[in-house]
Amino acid sequence: MNKEMDLKSVVAQLRDGMTIGFGGWGPRRKPMAIVREILRSDLKDLTLVAYGGPEIGMLCASGKVKKLIYGFVSLDAMPIEPYFRKAREAGSVEVSELDEGLLLLGLQAAGHNLPFAATRVGIGSDVLKYNPHFKTIKSPYDDGETLLAMPAIKLDVALIHTSRADRLGNTQTDGPDPFFDALFARAADKVFVTTEVLVDRIDAEYSDKAKQQLFERCFVSGVVKAPLGAHPTASHEAYGWDMGHLKAYAASAGEEGGWQRYFDEYVKGDEASYIASVGGEAKIRALPLPIF
Amino acid sequence: MTTANEFTLAELIIVAGAEAFRNDGEVLATGIGPLPRLAVGLAKLTCAPGLMMTDGEAYLVEDPIPLGARGDFKPKFSGWMPYHRVFDSVWSGRRHAMVTPVQMDRYGQGNISALGDDFNKPKVAMLGVRGFPGNSLCHKNSMFLPNHSKRTFVEGEVDVVASVGFNAKNWPEGTKPDDVKLGRVITDLCVFDYNGPDHAPQVLSLHPGVTFEQVQEATGFPLLRAEGMTTTDAPTEAQLAIIAKLDPHNIRATVLKGNPPGIRAA
Repeated sequence: MNKEMDLKSVVAQLRDGMTIGFGGWGPRRKPMAIVREILRSDLKDLTLVAYGGPEIGMLCASGKVKKLIYGFVSLDAMPIEPYFRKAREAGSVEVSELDEGLLLLGLQAAGHNLPFAATRVGIGSDVLKYNPHFKTIKSPYDDGETLLAMPAIKLDVALIHTSRADRLGNTQTDGPDPFFDALFARAADKVFVTTEVLVDRIDAEYSDKAKQQLFERCFVSGVVKAPLGAHPTASHEAYGWDMGHLKAYAASAGEEGGWQRYFDEYVKGDEASYIASVGGEAKIRALPLPIF
Repeated sequence: MTTANEFTLAELIIVAGAEAFRNDGEVLATGIGPLPRLAVGLAKLTCAPGLMMTDGEAYLVEDPIPLGARGDFKPKFSGWMPYHRVFDSVWSGRRHAMVTPVQMDRYGQGNISALGDDFNKPKVAMLGVRGFPGNSLCHKNSMFLPNHSKRTFVEGEVDVVASVGFNAKNWPEGTKPDDVKLGRVITDLCVFDYNGPDHAPQVLSLHPGVTFEQVQEATGFPLLRAEGMTTTDAPTEAQLAIIAKLDPHNIRATVLKGNPPGIRAA
């Protein structure tokens, strides 16, 4: 069993109109190498699902998005992702704006093969008003409480970036927080993972880190070796986010033709030229991890 | 306790914010933004020692972490609080957050999502509802709003109800609006809560030099005077010393425009 693939062959498995989920959280551990490969492709009409960061903004900027399902789209120090903001204010994408916890519950329901998850979250707020397809249910027990039946969020594909993976599809993160990558993975028909370090067998080399596994290998369809593949987002412990780059990216959103210039300068070539264009490997590896 | 003679409005707000956590017991306390975070840290070191706090990333700490660059300070971790545990804490109710909505209304509802009439093409896209719907339904929330005005405390309803409140029309039959726990609202003018008759907003204290009329004038809905309405307590020297230690780079001075003094000139 060898699940190793390259970026091009992953993107070749994606189709127009698919629902794609992204692991990570804001500007943390996003599968940006695959995102850039999607940006280089002619894929379109995608539905994206995420605790979003720059992957959402870039795919919106390039006109590939039909619908967004999100808990937020943020660059952390810049609380609103600039191209997401632009897309929202232009009304150019359909949105399902969720409470962060409802996104968790919708993915979990999908992973458990259930139609919905019962919750109070969302009741009393405009999440119900702006997601008119959501329905409530009455508790069948004595309390009789009215609850939201949060519908399952089924994904065609989940894309996730990891610290380490092996060719069998095992994954580990060195990050302090696994986020909801496991829920994205279990909600998806197919999962493609990018990794800082790829080995034949993780048990042979990193047996002591087994608790850092994100989810089981049975969910993984393909593994791509993509060192620095989360840049400009952070990938603990390898490198922090590149706030200088993210600020320049954000500034481009305010300029006429800004996205096209960003694309031409950084994304257009391949990953090797991308890394060179943002200052090279040594510079990326020296980016400090954020503190608060 | 010696009351300080000189203090900034930001420091007054931090002390008033800490009071919002008194008697909370052992809950996860989260202050979003510099002043709420300092308020939580001050509360933990003074009136609410049971509070649990995080390093802002994924670990629990018993000693509040100073804001900004840490120099030689190395945080010590007492536990793990990745986001999946944050949601479990939220839904258990064992949490109290202090957050900053962009708009609030007479019902205690808050908005951080978007401004304008058309949600699908908002005049201003903001943060989205983030965790506000679940937070406000499941645990106590206090608020800090730095600019008390009719733009922030709006007439009618907020544009998008992100954090829930007491507007009956937003609660389907069989749901539990009475479980909503709104703590205190702290602004640059006053401290108020929604514990008046039928959850009416009522002013608990006015910041030094501020009149009730001035607060009412700056608010888009009617306010009551709470029984025993008073002047917001000035910080003590001891509180100011703790705040200075928690904020060694004086980030608190950058939050309010012009970093005004805590006692307004008459």
